[in-house]
Amino acid sequence: MNRATAAAGMTWRRPPVIANPWLRRGLFIGVPLYLFVALGTLEINWARVMAGMPRALEFLAALASPDFVSRADQIIDGVLESLTMTLVSTFLGFLLSVPVALGAARNLAPVPVYLTCRAIIAISRSFQEIIIAILFVAMLGFGPLAGVATLAFASIGFIAKLAAEEIEAMNPRPLEAIRATGGSWLQRVQWAVQPQVLPRVAGITLYRLDINFRESAIIGIVGAGGIGATLNTAFDRYEFETAAAILLVIIVIVLAAEYTSGWLRGRLR
Amino acid sequence: MLRLEGLGKRYPGSQTAALSDVDLEVGAGDIVALIGPSGAGKSTLIRCINRLVEPTEGRVMLGNQELTGLGARQLRQARRRIGMVFQEFALVDRLSVMENLLSGRLGYVGFWRSALRRFPQSDIDMAFQLLERVGLAGFADRRADALSGGQRQRVGIARALMQAPDLLLVDEPTASLDPRTARQIMRLIDELCRERGLPAIINLHDVPLARQFCPRVVGLTAGRVVYDGPSSALDAEVLTRIYGGEDWEKMAEAAREDEPPDEPGEATRSTADQAGTVPPKAGLP
Repeated sequence: MNRATAAAGMTWRRPPVIANPWLRRGLFIGVPLYLFVALGTLEINWARVMAGMPRALEFLAALASPDFVSRADQIIDGVLESLTMTLVSTFLGFLLSVPVALGAARNLAPVPVYLTCRAIIAISRSFQEIIIAILFVAMLGFGPLAGVATLAFASIGFIAKLAAEEIEAMNPRPLEAIRATGGSWLQRVQWAVQPQVLPRVAGITLYRLDINFRESAIIGIVGAGGIGATLNTAFDRYEFETAAAILLVIIVIVLAAEYTSGWLRGRLR
Repeated sequence: MLRLEGLGKRYPGSQTAALSDVDLEVGAGDIVALIGPSGAGKSTLIRCINRLVEPTEGRVMLGNQELTGLGARQLRQARRRIGMVFQEFALVDRLSVMENLLSGRLGYVGFWRSALRRFPQSDIDMAFQLLERVGLAGFADRRADALSGGQRQRVGIARALMQAPDLLLVDEPTASLDPRTARQIMRLIDELCRERGLPAIINLHDVPLARQFCPRVVGLTAGRVVYDGPSSALDAEVLTRIYGGEDWEKMAEAAREDEPPDEPGEATRSTADQAGTVPPKAGLP
């Protein structure tokens, strides 16, 4: 054994992540300095903060005594509308995502298709839901239709991107094997791709389902229907107890969605 | 049956050719082992035949049909005639054994029939017969990922035979199997090919297996055929031509020692010995 030839007592230290000592020291000093200076440029109007405090406390107090009763009808309608919007838009978004995801997977699509589908994903992802909602409200008018269009459009970017990544990361051997049997492109997708990625894609879609519910509460504020619209009205009327009730309902539904989708994902193996 | 003429492959961006000027003829019922060091182009050669890898030079003739130059649709039809068995089995794990077998028929049925799993009765009969033949009767509805390595490779072989192929391409069928299962799988491939008079090209990295099961051996080095002849004529000189210098007599001895791998301790010791005592690039006797 030639292990004995190595000298005893050699020290070892983990090599630094940044090899250049000057750059390393510069960063250690420079970054905190910059943060300190940047903090200094923030203008905080303490008088305004103090004036807002009572209202914030009032709202916090309202959270402790939520009022589910006086606007019960509106809350129930809003929740049902939001749930409908969520389900319909997630389903539509999933259907539209499938071709985009297949086209955006480098191991399935030729370059022009790949670039086109990646561009669709990038466009869908580059805008925040609120911005898309404003656009659709202007196009389709106030109400849940605009909300469904918004969420479906936003879902494409999310589901298609993650699904395409999943397709690109799958085991290429079964795909090769199906090609070798003389299977067509559609058969390859159906026999080699779908079985490999379906459980993950279903999980991604379920995850998007609860994102869409949360988003449906936000986009209502710009007029796209759902529980958000109810919430916005409550704030406008300074009905903080009702607003608090709505927030609690949203939290409960998101929690329920979280647990059920987690359970479902666990069963899809 | 199969004729390769001046076949060459150069991957884009690569300085050296992965395959160059390969001429090979495989007759009806020929069982050919393709051996050579890693990176010699064995996998590339086998994939150039059914154009899973597109050859850049030369011709592939299967019977009277030239495969190189076929359009997409005709190529798919031609691929049905070539069964393929893979190193890591390449089964679709979440599908059942039966579905994996039936996927061998995809070239023969339309998309909707295959999507709805409505295969012709004759295909299903054939699948059950093959399952029984490879020793997996009763496994039809098991998921592919629930099987052991040897069982999975049996499914892989049955899938290839479902195509009713005229030629079998086998890519390192035993690489992920233990020595005993490897022999069983090779024996099965050998028997099935003989039963059907089916010619086969088998990539192998295990020279003793090639000697035992394949009457004919083709040696590939750096993309060129350097030996084509009977496996009985594989001697130290030929192996050196294919693999480069190495103490072949000692290797053969070690292989003989672990031939019956009944005692695992014995086998491990002999491989350890071999690794310890054979210096790389030792002079040949």
